[in-house]
Amino acid sequence: MRSPRLNSPGQLLETAGVPAATQHAPGADVPAGSLAALAAQHGLKPSAERPHLRVYLRELARRWSFIMGFATARNIAMYTEAKLGQMWQVLAPLLNAGVYFLIFGLLIKGVSRGVPDYLVFLVTGVFVFSFTQRTFISTSKVITDSLPLIRALQFPRASLPLAYVMIELQQMLLSLLVLFGLVLLRGEPLTWNWLLVVPATILLIMFNAGIGLFAARTGARVNDFAQLLPFLMRTWLYVSGVIYSVQQVVVQHAQNFGWVTTLLQLNPAAIYITLVRDSLLASQRASAFGAKPYNAANCYAWAGTARPPGVSRSAWITATTQVSNGRTPPGHPLSQYGSAYCHPTFVSTHLWQLGAGWAIVALILGFWFFWRKEVNYGRG
Amino acid sequence: MADPQSTEPTVVVDDLHVVYRVYGAGGDRGTAATALFRILGRRRRPSIREVHAIRGMSFVAYRGDAIGIIGRNGAGKSTLLRAIAGLLPPERGAVYTMCEASLLGVNAALLEDLTGERNVVLGCLAMGMSKREIKEKFEHIVDFSGVGEFIHLPMKTYSSGMGSRLRFAIAAAKSHEILLIDEALATGDAEFRVKSHARIDELRRQAGTVFLVAHDLEEVEDTCNRVIWLEQGTIVEQGEDVIGIIDRYIDASGGEKVTRDPVTRKRISAPEPAPA
Repeated sequence: MRSPRLNSPGQLLETAGVPAATQHAPGADVPAGSLAALAAQHGLKPSAERPHLRVYLRELARRWSFIMGFATARNIAMYTEAKLGQMWQVLAPLLNAGVYFLIFGLLIKGVSRGVPDYLVFLVTGVFVFSFTQRTFISTSKVITDSLPLIRALQFPRASLPLAYVMIELQQMLLSLLVLFGLVLLRGEPLTWNWLLVVPATILLIMFNAGIGLFAARTGARVNDFAQLLPFLMRTWLYVSGVIYSVQQVVVQHAQNFGWVTTLLQLNPAAIYITLVRDSLLASQRASAFGAKPYNAANCYAWAGTARPPGVSRSAWITATTQVSNGRTPPGHPLSQYGSAYCHPTFVSTHLWQLGAGWAIVALILGFWFFWRKEVNYGRG
Repeated sequence: MADPQSTEPTVVVDDLHVVYRVYGAGGDRGTAATALFRILGRRRRPSIREVHAIRGMSFVAYRGDAIGIIGRNGAGKSTLLRAIAGLLPPERGAVYTMCEASLLGVNAALLEDLTGERNVVLGCLAMGMSKREIKEKFEHIVDFSGVGEFIHLPMKTYSSGMGSRLRFAIAAAKSHEILLIDEALATGDAEFRVKSHARIDELRRQAGTVFLVAHDLEEVEDTCNRVIWLEQGTIVEQGEDVIGIIDRYIDASGGEKVTRDPVTRKRISAPEPAPA
C-alpha cells in the first residue's frame, strides 16, 4: 500500500519558515538560526533536555507500579536457577548471620564482651546493615545492568535504582520475619516497642533510596567505583557496630578521642542499627546509656577501662566482678549491664531525630544528584 | 485515503554533530605503570579515541512522515536515531523533538531472565500505561508478536526473531508520537512484516512520525514516504522521491540493479535466468 504522496515526488513539504535545505541538497548550508527558530515556533524541545524536577517527580509517581513490578520480577528471577528457589531469600541472611556468629560469637570472644544476648544483637545488626550494603552495591550497577531497557524505552531513570531498593527491601522484610522468630526464641519479650520497627524501617528505606540514587549515578559515570565499593562497604561495616558495641568504644575512648567517638555514633548505619535493636530487644533497651542512674564504677568496669579517677578501690572491685564480662548474675536478668550506668550522650538521646535527619537529607540530596544527570544515563 | 501529512514539524535536526569517545582503543600499553604516570602527569588517556559519527546533518520531519534512513554500514544511521531519541548528546548543533522519541532496536533486549509475559507487563508499565490498560492490550500484544506458547518462557530462550517481534509488539502497543525503528522488522518472518507494516501505517495515521533504519531497501520503499541517504556521517540526498533516491543509492554502492515497471515504478521481480 502506498500513500498518494509517494507517487507524486516533487511536491515537497516546503512551507513558510522551512529553509530550502530540507530538500535533497547535498552539502547545502542550513542557516543555523532558522531551524532553531522553527523548532521554537512549534514548541519543540531539545531531545536531550532534562525534565523539570516537578514533571520528573510526577512521571516517577506514575511509574510506581513499574517500580514494584520490576522489583518483584527481579526477585523471582534471581533464584530461578537455584533448586531451593525462593528459599534462598530466607536462607541467605540466616547463613550470613551464622558465619558472623561462628567467628565473632564463638571463636573471637572479645567482641561479644559486655553485650547482652549477643546472638540477636549480631543478627539484627547484620540484617539491617546488609539492607544498606546490598542496596549500595546493587544500585551502583543498576544503570549498566539495565542498559537495554534504558535504550529501548523512555521512563524516568530514577525508577530503576528505586526498584533495586525495593528488591532489597523485600529481602529485608523476609530477614525481619526470621529475626522476629529468633528474638522470641531467645526469650526476649514481645512488647509494643516492636511497633517501632515500622518507623525505623521507613527511615531506613528513605536513607537507602537516597544512597541508592547516589550510587546509581556514581556507578554509571565512574566505572572505578565498582572496584572501590567492596572496600568502602567493609570499612563501613566495621565502623558501624554490627559485630561489636559502638557504645563500648565510645566510653573507652571518650577521654582522648571525643570527636571520633561522636563521629562513630553519628554514622547513619549505626543509628539505624541501634534503632532497630532498641525496638526489638528488651535487653538492649535495658542496657542503653542512661537507663540507670549514673555510676562511674559500673560504667567504666563495663567498658573495660582502667579504674577512673574518683572511684574508690573497693567500689571498683565490686563493680568489675558484678559486670565482669557483661554476664548477668542470676536473678537480675537485664539490669546488670554496666552501659546502663553511663551518661547518655547527645546521639543516644536523639537517635530518632538523627535517623530522620539522615533519611531526609540522603533522600533529597540523592534524588537531586541523580536527576541532574538524568539525560546522560544509557549513553555510550 | 486521506493524506496524513501535515506541516507541523515533530523533529528538527539542526546542524547535528555527534562524536563518540571510545575508551581503551589502544594507544598505551594499558599497564598499571603507564596509568600511574598518566595520572601523575595529569595527561588525558591516550587510549580515548574520538569518532566523528555524524558531521553536520539538518532536516525536518513532520507529523505523518515515515522516513527511511539508508546507507552503508557505519554511515551513522543508528547513531542518528540514538541522537534523536536523546540517548547521545550532540557535540554541536541540536535535535529538537515535539515529545520524547521511542527507540526500538533489535539489540534492545528487555529483561532476559524473565518470561515474555512479565516483559510485556513491565515494558508497558515502564511506558507509563496503567494496569487496566495493560490487561486490555495484553492479548493483542501477544497475538501481534506471534510468539505463541513461548510467552510463558524466559526471553533468553527466544530466537532473535521472536525477541525482536515481542519488543516491537510491546513498543507499538502505545501510540508513540515519534517512533524510531532500527532494523527491528528485518528479523521478522513474512507474516510479521505485513502486520508490522500495517501497524507503522496506523501509527503514522495517528499523526505520529516514524523513522526506519533498514538495509532491506524494499522495506523502506514499501513503508516510507521520505528517505534520507547517509554516507560517512553526512546526508547525501534526502527527499520524497523514495524510489529515485534508492535507485541512485544502489548505483553508488554497487548493488544489484532493480528492474522497475516503467509506468508504476514498482519493482519487477528479476526474471529467471535464461537457460544456457
